[in-house]
Amino acid sequence: MLEIRNLVVKIADEDKQILNGLNLTVNDGEVAAIMGPNGSGKSTLSYVIAGKEDYEVLDGEILLNGENVLEMEADARAAAGIFLAFQYPLEIPGVATMTFLKAAMNAQRKARGEAELLTPDFIKAVNGAADKLGIARDMLRRPLNVGFSGGEKKRMEILQMALLSPSMCILDETDSGLDIDALRIVAEGVNALRDKNRGFLVITHYQRLLDHIVPDTVHVMSKGKIVKTGGKELALELEKSGYASYGEAA
Amino acid sequence: MGIVTPLKTAAEQQLVQQFADIKAELPGGPAVRKLREDAFAGFEVRGLPHRRLETWRYTDLRTLLREAAPLATGPRTLDAARAKLAGLALDATVVVLVDGAFVPELSSLEGLPEGLSVQTLADALVSGRDDLPRVLAGPSVAADDAGLMLNAALMRDGSFIEVAAGVELEKPLAIVRLFSGEKEISVYGRSVVLVGDSAKATIVEINASLGKAPQQLNVALVIEAGNETEVEHIRLVTDQSEGSVGVFSLLATVGAQAKFDSFALVCDAATVRQQHFVRYAGEHSEVGLRGVNLLGGTEHSDVTLVVDHEVPHGTSRELFKSIIGGEATGVFQGKVIVRQHAQKTDGGMKSNALLLNDGASMFNKPELEIFADDVVCGHGATVAQIDGEQLFYLMARGLPRPQAEALVLQAFAGEAVEFVQDEALRDVVMAKIEAWLGAREASSVVSAV
Repeated sequence: MLEIRNLVVKIADEDKQILNGLNLTVNDGEVAAIMGPNGSGKSTLSYVIAGKEDYEVLDGEILLNGENVLEMEADARAAAGIFLAFQYPLEIPGVATMTFLKAAMNAQRKARGEAELLTPDFIKAVNGAADKLGIARDMLRRPLNVGFSGGEKKRMEILQMALLSPSMCILDETDSGLDIDALRIVAEGVNALRDKNRGFLVITHYQRLLDHIVPDTVHVMSKGKIVKTGGKELALELEKSGYASYGEAA
Repeated sequence: MGIVTPLKTAAEQQLVQQFADIKAELPGGPAVRKLREDAFAGFEVRGLPHRRLETWRYTDLRTLLREAAPLATGPRTLDAARAKLAGLALDATVVVLVDGAFVPELSSLEGLPEGLSVQTLADALVSGRDDLPRVLAGPSVAADDAGLMLNAALMRDGSFIEVAAGVELEKPLAIVRLFSGEKEISVYGRSVVLVGDSAKATIVEINASLGKAPQQLNVALVIEAGNETEVEHIRLVTDQSEGSVGVFSLLATVGAQAKFDSFALVCDAATVRQQHFVRYAGEHSEVGLRGVNLLGGTEHSDVTLVVDHEVPHGTSRELFKSIIGGEATGVFQGKVIVRQHAQKTDGGMKSNALLLNDGASMFNKPELEIFADDVVCGHGATVAQIDGEQLFYLMARGLPRPQAEALVLQAFAGEAVEFVQDEALRDVVMAKIEAWLGAREASSVVSAV
């Protein structure tokens, strides 16, 4: 369970405050969507949960299963179960995707005091997950995300999510840059991971993604706060009326 | 030159004395003797290279060499060299030079493949062969370098290797220079590899110190690659003793329709100056000069190169990657000259450096001198820190910071290493880099605790 209480955040080197006392709870097994206009602080929220250093938390706490993660570095948060699917996955030239996947899986296992994966088990796990997402074997041998299309990068994020098996998944604008077919594959990948022990926070601009990943809860974010919470019908309402009534232009 | 520098430092005066004392003993017939005398006279006019010379601006030998260390007289024992060679486990035709002297008992001289001949430089110098003056002079752009003049005057031994026309060497040719490091010495050595037309060869040059005493090294490798040759040169400058100063010159002449690639790894190497001089002797040739410099502590690595497009239709690519920590200094000075007739030259030069902390520094100086009007030439030089976005991405997947950093750095260096064509040697290079990064990762884990 993810609980965010009165979170106040500014950009580290600037006076610009982005999150202004944000409260949010995502229960295990729940798919929560956050919608909101550009600049409302959605991506910042995802980065702060995952542990990016460019921000300063002025107040509040972020609890994962009751434990405050704010003092942890990003790698410790990942090992604790937080996974951020990036809006713009980074290219890492020179590091083969397989090498990276194995390093990540083993680093998390080590942090949790588990034994390293045996290579045959690892390869089996990767190939199985890759097949489900329509990721060609040849892509796994290429340097991580280098030369991948937008759709391939997003599928690679979901592959990582499947392999790392986090308890709290944050999807930051996962639909951006995807055509309708790629969107369906990615959404199916996410839906396959829905589980009563796993929470999802789906950050998006548009209703479109939520047709494929149907949320239990929809939150509207504006000016660094959650300003309205409702069921999945709230997303449809927003699609019609826009964000203007929440004090911001779309 | 214009600048006359009176010889006045202790080291310069000692060098004059050393040359006077030893010149009668140094190998060579009359032509070589004249070459030595001329070279030393040139050195006497210039003195040790210093910071007021543009090409030596960042590596001031006058300051670095307070004293000229005694000239090496050859190794006392070969035990350490033998052990080191066993550790290297090279699958290659090996030529071993210890403290500059050719060591036949450690070299693989029996059963050389057909078309490959190996002799000592000393023997070649006394042989009186007609091509010596040309071979020893190297590209004309090297003619003015005082470091090379000193090398030409004092070179004592090395190897002289010929690959006959049309021969494709199956195994790499390894020139292993080991320095005993038992006491402070200076080594002036030179090796020559002549690759006949249409031949193929991989030349690996290994330079390592076996002991702890500082060494003054001034060694050169001459490569003449004939027409339609494919030559790959891989140089490792590693494990140099603390306080050592090494000047490593590469003099390459590349014939027509040839492919010449050079890769140099510098790590754990005290103070190193590499200077590559490359001349195109024929058209439609491709030259690639690349390297990785891994620096920490107070180490210093200078890569200075001059690529001389004398003829049309030449392609050149340079890519150097430097990772610099501690208070170390990296230098890249790359000059590409495109002569007036060298139309359709295609040149691309890049130097990228990552500084790991505040005390580290990098001097990048790419230069293009273009006198032709139909060419495509470009250069790029960057100095940056580890990409924080890449680091966050890897950490967000669970990699602890030191491991994430090592992966980003390995990837950065890997972009140059991937051009090494010999797979086994590429693995050797990558393993060296991983070991260096691993040591750094381990020390940062300790300091974080």
